[in-house]
Amino acid sequence: MKQLLILSGKGGTGKTTVAGAFIYLSKAKAYADCDVDAPNLHLISHPSCPPQRADYFGMPKAWIDSNKCIGCGTCLSHCRFDAIEAGTPFRVKPFACEGCGVCVAVCPASAVSMEPAVAGELSLYRDDTRVFSTAKLAMGSGTSGKLVTEVKKRMISAAENAELSVVDGSPGIGCPVIASISGVDMVLIVAEPSLSGISDMARIVKTAETFRTKTVVCVNKADVNPDKTEEIRAFCRAKQLPFAGAIPFDAEAVKAVNSGKSIAELDIPSGRAVRNVYAEVMTLL
Amino acid sequence: MADKPLTVAVLSGKGGTGKTLVSVNLAAAAGDAVYLDCDVEEPNGHLFFKPEAAQEETVTVKTPEFDATLCTGCRKCVEFCAFHALAFTGGRPMLFDEVCHSCGGCALLCPVDAIRETDKAVGTVSFGISDCVNVFTGRLNIGEASGIPVIKRLLSKISNSGNRTVFIDCPPGSACTVMESIQDADFCVLVAEPTVFGAHNLAMVYELVSLFHKPFGAVLNKCQAGENPSETFCREHRIPILGRIPFDSALGALNSEGKIAVRENQHYRKLFSSLLEQIGKEALYEAASDSQR
Repeated sequence: MKQLLILSGKGGTGKTTVAGAFIYLSKAKAYADCDVDAPNLHLISHPSCPPQRADYFGMPKAWIDSNKCIGCGTCLSHCRFDAIEAGTPFRVKPFACEGCGVCVAVCPASAVSMEPAVAGELSLYRDDTRVFSTAKLAMGSGTSGKLVTEVKKRMISAAENAELSVVDGSPGIGCPVIASISGVDMVLIVAEPSLSGISDMARIVKTAETFRTKTVVCVNKADVNPDKTEEIRAFCRAKQLPFAGAIPFDAEAVKAVNSGKSIAELDIPSGRAVRNVYAEVMTLL
Repeated sequence: MADKPLTVAVLSGKGGTGKTLVSVNLAAAAGDAVYLDCDVEEPNGHLFFKPEAAQEETVTVKTPEFDATLCTGCRKCVEFCAFHALAFTGGRPMLFDEVCHSCGGCALLCPVDAIRETDKAVGTVSFGISDCVNVFTGRLNIGEASGIPVIKRLLSKISNSGNRTVFIDCPPGSACTVMESIQDADFCVLVAEPTVFGAHNLAMVYELVSLFHKPFGAVLNKCQAGENPSETFCREHRIPILGRIPFDSALGALNSEGKIAVRENQHYRKLFSSLLEQIGKEALYEAASDSQR
C-alpha cells in the first residue's frame, strides 16, 4: 500500500479540502483523518454505513482513595505535572495527570492507584469498496500521537490490499504530526502564500526531513499573494522539493465544502487546479 | 481579580480561522498590552509584531542520565517507565528521550542512585517590544513532541505584566496544549470561520471552554454573503457574538504580508477597538455575576 499524507504546518490552508479532492479523484480504497484534535474529513466524505466504534484508552490516571490518604503531601511534592491538589483528602486533577505513576510509587499509605481512562473514540467506516478510519480525542486529553498511530493501524488492517491510502494529517509539528509521518511514502504539503504560511511550511519541511520522507509542495489560495506564491516556488527550488502546482482562491470552494461536496467534483477554478495537482502528485508517488 | 491583569485567551478549534489575526490586532489596539504566542509549534505572532531587542531564554526539561559504573541492571527504571521511554538492551537501560515525559520516576526509584537528571533543551521563549506591546514568543524545537513546557514558561510571564491586558494566542485544536493555555485566562475569545468545518471545530472548543467554566464569546471571521454555519451554531447555543470581521481581500493582503491591520488603517483600528471594548464589557459582566454567585 502506498501511503500519501497531507500536511500543512499552519492550520486552515486547505489540507482537508485537498485531501477530500484526492480521495474523490483517486477513488482510494483506504483513507484516514489523523487530525484527531479537530477531525473534519467525515463532514465531506459521507460514509455510507454506521461506524464500528471503539474507546481509545490513553495513559491511565492516578486516583487517591480518600479512606487511605493520610494527607502527608508526598505525592504532591513529587508530582512534576502539578496534578495533585492539597486538601483532605488530597485529589488528582485528571486533566493535568499524565499517568507516570510516581505518586503511586511514593505514597507511604498505598492510597494511590492508576485507573484506566478513556481519552478518545475511534471510528472505522467500511463498506464493500472503501475503508475510512477516524477518531476524536476527548476534550483536553493528551497523548494524541498514540491515537493517530491507532487510526492508521485500523485503516491498514481493514484495507490491506488497497493500492493507495490518503491520510489527512493535523496542523503543527508536534507529537500527532510525528506519529502521522511514520511509515508514509510521501508527504504533500499544502502551503499558503503568506508570511505565516511560509514560516510554518519551512518548519514542517524540516520535520519531514528529520524522518527522511519524500516531500512535495502545493500552494492553495495562490492568487491571494502572488509574490509569496513565487517565494514558495523559490523555496522549493532551493530545497529541491518538487512543486506540484497552485490552486487559486475560490469563493465557490467554500460553498462546495458547506454543501458537503469535494471541489474536485465541480467545474470550478479550484476544482480544475486541484485535478492538475493530483495528476502531478500521482506521477511523483 | 484586582491584583491580576485581565487575561484574554484567543482560541479556535480549527487552524487558520484567524486566531493570530485577532489576538495580534487586539493587542495592538489595546496599546499597552502583553502578547503571548502559545502556538509554540507554529508561532506566527512575531512575524507581525517584529519585536525589537529580542532576548531569548532556553526552555529545558529533565532527562535521565545513567552511570554505567553504578547500574546493576536491575530493570526497576525500565519496568516503571509508563511512557516506554526506557528499553533494556545489552544489560543496561537505554533512553528514547523524545518519549520521556520527565516525570523523574526512574531516578527516584533507582536503588543504587545510578540515574542523574540533566537538562535538555526543548524550545525557547523570546521577548521583545513592538510599539508598546510586550511580545513573548514560544518555540518548540523541531522533532520535539510536547509544547507544554514551553507554554508553561510563557504563562509564567503573566504575573509580571503589571496592569497590562494579556492576550494569549492559543494553539489550534482542543488538546492538552490548548487546555494548558486557557487555564489562567479570565475570558476566552473563540474565533470561527463560516464553513461546516469551522462550525464543527467551534463546537469542540465550545465544549472545552464550557468544561473549564470559562466565560467566553465568539468572533465570526471571514464573513461573507450566504449561510454561516458558525453563526447558526452560536445562535443555537446562545453564544454571545462579540464581533464580525468581514471577508476582505485588503485585510487578507495586509495579513499575508505580515502587517498589523490596526497599525495600517483607521478602519481596522475602529473594528478591533470596538471588539476590544465588547470583550472588556463581557469580561466585566462575567466577573460581576461570578462574585454574586
